[in-house]
Amino acid sequence: MRSKVSNNRLAAILSDGFLGLYFIFALFPLLWMVLVSLKSGEELFTTQFVFTPTLENYQAILFGDPRAAAGVVARQEFPRFFMNSLIVSSGAVILSLFVGVPAAYALARYRFRGKEDLAFTFLSFRFAPELVVIIPLSVLYRQLGLYDTYWGIIWVYQLVTLPLLIWVLRSYFEDISPDIEQAAMIDGYPWWRIFWSILLPLVRPGLAAAALLAFVFAWNNFIFALVLGGSNVQTVTVSALGYISSAQAFFNRMAAASVLASIPQIVLALSIQRYLIRGLSFGAVKG
Amino acid sequence: MEENIRPPWLVRARPWFIALPALLVLIGILYPFLTAVYYSMTAYALNRPGSVDTFVGLRNYVRMFTNEDFLYSSYITFAYALLATGIELTLGLIVAMLLNRDSRLAKILTPTLIFPMIIPPVIGTLIWKMMMQPSVGILNPMLNAVGLPSLQWAAAPETALFSVLLVDIWMFTPFVALILLAGLRSFPSAPFEAARVDGASFWFTFRNLTLPMLSPFIIIVVVFRLMDSLKMFDIIFAMTEGGPGNTLMTYQLTAYRTSIQFQRLAQGLPYAILLYIIIYITSMYLIKAWGRAQRRAAGY
Repeated sequence: MRSKVSNNRLAAILSDGFLGLYFIFALFPLLWMVLVSLKSGEELFTTQFVFTPTLENYQAILFGDPRAAAGVVARQEFPRFFMNSLIVSSGAVILSLFVGVPAAYALARYRFRGKEDLAFTFLSFRFAPELVVIIPLSVLYRQLGLYDTYWGIIWVYQLVTLPLLIWVLRSYFEDISPDIEQAAMIDGYPWWRIFWSILLPLVRPGLAAAALLAFVFAWNNFIFALVLGGSNVQTVTVSALGYISSAQAFFNRMAAASVLASIPQIVLALSIQRYLIRGLSFGAVKG
Repeated sequence: MEENIRPPWLVRARPWFIALPALLVLIGILYPFLTAVYYSMTAYALNRPGSVDTFVGLRNYVRMFTNEDFLYSSYITFAYALLATGIELTLGLIVAMLLNRDSRLAKILTPTLIFPMIIPPVIGTLIWKMMMQPSVGILNPMLNAVGLPSLQWAAAPETALFSVLLVDIWMFTPFVALILLAGLRSFPSAPFEAARVDGASFWFTFRNLTLPMLSPFIIIVVVFRLMDSLKMFDIIFAMTEGGPGNTLMTYQLTAYRTSIQFQRLAQGLPYAILLYIIIYITSMYLIKAWGRAQRRAAGY
């Protein structure tokens, strides 16, 4: 009996030990990003944990680099890139909500021919290699004048945001018992009143969470703005590359920009934690 | 009541009307896709005006399959995807099972699990690139501290694939762990209690209870991870743009370099279309398997 108890203790200690190691692996790069963002140019090369922290990197990317005049690449455009990301990501989510919520409702509530094929087609956008669509769009957008415009990026971001919203919302609509609607229908409510005043309020928390998660994925996207956007709509993810691909590498500036571009994501994700699993699995896993 | 007055075709068409806005977006995305198929059969190059009108049939596809780099490109695409998915599945399952215990450490750490996967992949990669960098990097000093030699990481052909895989594993193991943890927590406790009372070993319970009940969750995770790693662009591009040389030139990277960077639009498209076909067939098969596994796990 005693040996069994101590065996369990040992197993618990080993388990916690492995878990601890894994989380060092998972979290250390983020800690290092924060540390480097607080280092001055000289201390960057010491790779030490103890140093005098400075906010000069944040100051430089937000309000302009004091050395910019001396021929060093100016990187004070960060606020503009941040705004660009904000505009295209929220624009994409709003458009997806307008077109996706009704579609999710139709896919959840009606039986019609080709329904599963339609649903799978939307889902296949999520898995399609982006370049199949981007390469022809790079030509089409120049012809239509959509290249390097907010509308162009918002349109192509539908590949990211629309499948997610449709599939997650469909699973939320399916969770609601059809009895509620039937009762309202017997009372003489038209379908759109039922949809608007009964169903929508019921799925609202899930809807908000799915929209926020779609926002996160749009924000994180890189390849669409890389190919279909120029300097007008450059997003934070595309601009992040600029800090180290230029002649000089500004790792500390890049780290500061990375921290600022990641904080919104982490805050948003933590705020929708309860709904995260269903969102991440497109409604397949009801966490 | 209202339903009876309307002509039946209108009632039948209603779901299509409701989905109409989304269908319009669908068309807006399918149109460029069809254009891609057409372009891939022309001699279209951006730097040669008028080349879009030269129809060449399947020449670009023949050229792709007979290209001396095609085999290597296939190898690197599948090696990346299979290794990433396999390692993430194993590690994620271990982490999920360790988190699914009554442990204070597990409770504290679980909320931070999402951090690596929720920040932009490009930025996560740049952090690793910074840590691997020879002058400001922290990884080589860490290796040296435990007596190991420095590595050149993504800059050397021998370790390039390992370096990008490391980033992929860092970024997406949390996704696997999170979904599988949700699966583990959804299990009824009765069968596990019964196994414990009967004195079943850990492995017996794991093989005969945990794994079969977890199979729908595992398939979902594989769908997402396999499809995403087959078409991985962000990590490889931010790390090396496909280099050194052609070490990391997957289908996606080859399509990007040929069509966008070299402007030989029609020549790169077959790689993207081939990848699309592979992904479409695999995901359809896996989603069907998921439906079966779900019914089996539910006991039908």
